[in-house]
Amino acid sequence: MTNPIKKGWSLLTAIWRGATRPAKYLSIGFLTLGGFVAGVVFWGGFNTALELTNTEEFCISCHEMRENVFAELKSTIHYSNRSGVRATCPDCHVPHNWTDKIARKMQASKEVYGKIFGTINTREKFLDYRRTLAGHEWDRLKANDSLECRNCHSEESMDITAQSTRAGKAHQTFLFTGEKTCIDCHKGIAHDLPDMTGVPGWE
Amino acid sequence: MKLKYLSVAASLVLVALAGAAVADGIATLRGGKEIQETPDAPAIGKTENKDLRRVRNYPEQPPTIPHDIRDYEVTRNANKCLSCHSRTRTGDSQAPMVSVTHFMDRDFQVLATISPRRYFCNQCHVPQLDVKPLVENTFEDVEDLIKREAKGND
Repeated sequence: MTNPIKKGWSLLTAIWRGATRPAKYLSIGFLTLGGFVAGVVFWGGFNTALELTNTEEFCISCHEMRENVFAELKSTIHYSNRSGVRATCPDCHVPHNWTDKIARKMQASKEVYGKIFGTINTREKFLDYRRTLAGHEWDRLKANDSLECRNCHSEESMDITAQSTRAGKAHQTFLFTGEKTCIDCHKGIAHDLPDMTGVPGWE
Repeated sequence: MKLKYLSVAASLVLVALAGAAVADGIATLRGGKEIQETPDAPAIGKTENKDLRRVRNYPEQPPTIPHDIRDYEVTRNANKCLSCHSRTRTGDSQAPMVSVTHFMDRDFQVLATISPRRYFCNQCHVPQLDVKPLVENTFEDVEDLIKREAKGND
């Protein structure tokens, strides 16, 4: 019996030796064109897989999302409204910009861990953990100046005369001056709230 | 056998009475439709959202909410109303503060914050829809009664 570590090491060195020497049988044309085609396939495949995980169907394929947050979303204005334009999970929870998206997707690997080990696999566990999870989203939106809100709700296009008096006043005093960002006031607009004890503005 | 006749007679009387009620216009809530037919549901009214305080109909009336409260959460976890109407938030919001009576417990002891028994705002305070009343309302403001009384005594 050979030592498995030794065996693995010799395989690695063989791969390295093969990769660092010029090709013996394959033409340069094949290698460049083949590399190009393989690159397109890999890149396309990667992006397709990425976009596949960026859909509501993917999110609600797990009961944790489908039976908690998605069920709560359904009665809110971001799901049901007069014009029928609606927000899906990734519209608010995944940045649209590519680099930010990848960063968020890398963070999401922790959510895969949570799924495997059943961190929130019952309603009770989810409710116990909700304040922490909500806190993550509030912090994220606070840090990026509510970017995901602003992907649809633009300050420039906001006609405050069409808003109710108090909404118009609040937006003029706090939003347009940059004193506050969307998430500071609009918490829990798409899902139920956790215990808000100690959250500023909810005294 | 006798009982059967009696019950038939009783139901006939009931039907006759119901017919009379329709004729009297009591059944207006059904839109004058026969009992077998399903009347069209009236359109759902829009919430009045003018932010203007409404006059109370009597001094103890819980003021009605002059704005939309769709999706405002009032639960054990959170109270959206208080994020504007609580004492400490009125500076930012310029909203009327929750009345001090709401700080009292049942022994009229004033607490530091809203008394738990007054926490669920929508038990008494409700928004108003812009709709025509289904039935006539003959309510009179007590001020009008006093005025009329004073006039009568002249």
